[in-house]
Amino acid sequence: MSTTEHSAQSSTGQRPDVGPDSNNGSPPPLADARQHDEGTLEQSKELRPPLPARPDLMERGQTAGAGSLRLSKRAARPQLQSQATTALSLADVHTADRLESGDLKSSPASRAVSRKPSFAYSLRHASTAASEVDDGASVRSDMPAAGSRLDGESMLGDLIEGASTPAFKALSAQIERADPFDGTLAEDDILSTQMQYELHDVASVDADGTNEEALLKIWKAKLKHFFILSASGKPIYSRHGDDQLISHYIGVVQTLISFYQGANDPLKGFTAGDARFVLLSKGPLNLVAVSRLGESDAQLRTQLESLYMQILSTLTLPSLERMFSYRPSTDLRRPLEGTDVLLDGLADGFTRGSPSTLLSALECLRLRKSHRRVVDETLLKVRSSNLLYGLIVAAGRLVSVVRPKKHSLHPGDLHLIFNMLFEAGSVKAGGGENWIPLCLPGFNNTGFLYMYVSFFSTSEDVHSPEAERPSSGGKDDELAIVLISANKDSFFELRQMREDLVIQLEKNGSMAVIKTAIRKGHASCADITPGTVLKHFLYKSRGNVQFTMPSFEPHFHGLVARRKLMSLYHNLHESIHSRTSHLKVQHTIAYDSTALAWETPLFELYCVASSNASRAALVQGANKVVSWIRREEERVFIIGGAVF
Amino acid sequence: MTDSTTASAPKPSSSVKLVLLGEAAVGKSSLVLRFVNNDFQPNKEPTIGAAFLTQKCQLPSRTIKFEIWDTAGQERFASLAPMYYRNAQSALVVYDITKPSSLVKAKHWVAELQRQASPGIVIALVGNKLDLCDDDSPEDDAQDGENVDGHEEEAVRKVSTAEAKAYADEESLLFYETSAKTGHNVSEVFTAIANAIPETSLKGPRGGAGGGTQAAISGGGGQDSSRVNLNARGDAGAKEGCAC
Repeated sequence: MSTTEHSAQSSTGQRPDVGPDSNNGSPPPLADARQHDEGTLEQSKELRPPLPARPDLMERGQTAGAGSLRLSKRAARPQLQSQATTALSLADVHTADRLESGDLKSSPASRAVSRKPSFAYSLRHASTAASEVDDGASVRSDMPAAGSRLDGESMLGDLIEGASTPAFKALSAQIERADPFDGTLAEDDILSTQMQYELHDVASVDADGTNEEALLKIWKAKLKHFFILSASGKPIYSRHGDDQLISHYIGVVQTLISFYQGANDPLKGFTAGDARFVLLSKGPLNLVAVSRLGESDAQLRTQLESLYMQILSTLTLPSLERMFSYRPSTDLRRPLEGTDVLLDGLADGFTRGSPSTLLSALECLRLRKSHRRVVDETLLKVRSSNLLYGLIVAAGRLVSVVRPKKHSLHPGDLHLIFNMLFEAGSVKAGGGENWIPLCLPGFNNTGFLYMYVSFFSTSEDVHSPEAERPSSGGKDDELAIVLISANKDSFFELRQMREDLVIQLEKNGSMAVIKTAIRKGHASCADITPGTVLKHFLYKSRGNVQFTMPSFEPHFHGLVARRKLMSLYHNLHESIHSRTSHLKVQHTIAYDSTALAWETPLFELYCVASSNASRAALVQGANKVVSWIRREEERVFIIGGAVF
Repeated sequence: MTDSTTASAPKPSSSVKLVLLGEAAVGKSSLVLRFVNNDFQPNKEPTIGAAFLTQKCQLPSRTIKFEIWDTAGQERFASLAPMYYRNAQSALVVYDITKPSSLVKAKHWVAELQRQASPGIVIALVGNKLDLCDDDSPEDDAQDGENVDGHEEEAVRKVSTAEAKAYADEESLLFYETSAKTGHNVSEVFTAIANAIPETSLKGPRGGAGGGTQAAISGGGGQDSSRVNLNARGDAGAKEGCAC
């Protein structure tokens, strides 16, 4: 709510529509929109009051920033003017689409307004009405929900508007077309196209600078950027582009940051064009995320926090602070030398879309309860005295954990470890065993722990360290044993423990069980919920801080399809978690997909189906997932674990 | 090596602890990877912490089992080096022949080893990335992923053989120029080290050397200030609800 936010918003054009501007300047469209909504809705009167929704919206805008939902909004925002009708009459998205396209051109500014109301409305509506509205009312009653999702509208806007802001169009196109099933990419779908190159590195600038312009173009086309700079404005990290290329931009960012800091009103985020900027200030560091993928401010901030944790993990908080208090102009690049791969790994994970980060939860390898118990007991049996945490990790999924009773593992810390092991290739590529000092900031940000890591290939039987060096990384079949100690002299002790552990696991058959489970991979959605319309889901168990999901295949093949799916999940997540929403259930319909988000004190569930799935079918699928989880809970989640 | 062991009888085998030191991105890990796996990864990422590998080396008279500590070259890891080189019987100090500053760093490491490591330590000075200086090397891409100067116009020799050799002679170091990329001279370095280890310091497979390793690791104290004290954590209990 700071003034900063305000100004930022107005520059974006996104918030203003919803916020003060729309309040003061253009109430009529709002009212219109709402009425229209209601008209279509018919029965649900309680939803009517237009005003209550508004704070909701404003709040959302501010806290959430460019939420994924908002993504579509943003796209359309610039040009919409009070097209109450379009926003509301989405019973048939395609129809609406056509309608809108005609209107949009003429009245760009206010469509956003109309849309916003519908959005707010839908939020309300969904929570209250979703459960009670009879499906018989079918299309009509569903409609509000559809409207809530906004995608239809924005989609329209995008289609029309595409020419003027191609990237934007591409962006929304990507999100909107979250449906993996049709798989067709519009020729001009820039975002999808760009996504394929998103993770490619930008070359460095030639000595004579001749290629700078071309590189800058590539650099600007990136959908997502992360920057880290020191409080004094020294660049520390950028995902894309070398110093020479980005120095101007770092300067601009620094100016913006310090301007608002000078006013004691730190800048938290703003929108420029189709990109959302989110800034996070952490002690002597400033972190910046720039995204055109439609994530919310809160989600981007979580990602920045994770990058910051990686830096702490390398340096520890006290040493970071010491460096800057001695010399504020410290160049942190030197102490951080060699960790770019880790930061890149995190950043690219966020760009691809990480369920783990989105949900702040871990994923476990599915094992029978009895099998897991054997593994746990083996871990306890061979535990060496200096062990703090012991993990068996398979391709980014946890198989088993051994830990002291009074210390649990922080999901953020585990994410850093997983990133180091599976995203940045340096550990496993080195072959052999590793002894790595690292700080786990969630556990204790003031000191180092020491991590013993040893990789196994699951494709062949291995008994000796010599035989198990993976030459190339099929990362889905890798098994790592990670043993963490606070004692830096305990390498050989932990190495011995690793050897004992492997021998025991081989002997009692657990190794074979684990390897089989790894090779099997994720179950497909069709196996988990046969006969339902679901194509994918995320289920987070809140109590266990763990999540589970089916395989992306066969419906979501490739980076682009997965990113679209993840964007949809980000939308759903944002609509449930935005600070002011009290949604329990949200049903959204886009022209290419339908989705359901469902929150209870025990779990969060997000389901996706193709666009023609009815709400009833979706709900049936969701119920199947929940009952499947109930049956499988002790298989898909680690409950308790090995505690000593 | 004057052992009268015949070829038919099993050769005695001993463990030798070896540590690799040198500036970041000179190719330490690549050398080890070439030696151990006979493999080369063009864009290897920087080592984090240290990697521990083993490889056997056959001499006419005996088998040497190298226990290799491949350390990370970044400065922030320098303070951990003592725990890897203490009680090591051999050290491989690596520099990049296309980067003069790496030789300076190598000299620092040599000095530190001579000061702090066990007196009889066998030190080899190795100039890596010889392939970049071959006349016929068509690609000038960095041999090692850590290398940041791969694009500089002259990926060519900056440290003359004579200069490095003179220094090595002066300090009585073994000296080789190698290419982890082509494998040139790599096994020669390790064989030379194996041969140079005094017979007296060779014991059983896990005897002297292994024990030495243990001692080295546990001898590395001194920086306990940055250590995590598990018992001083008041807020640790708060996280107990998390079952992960």
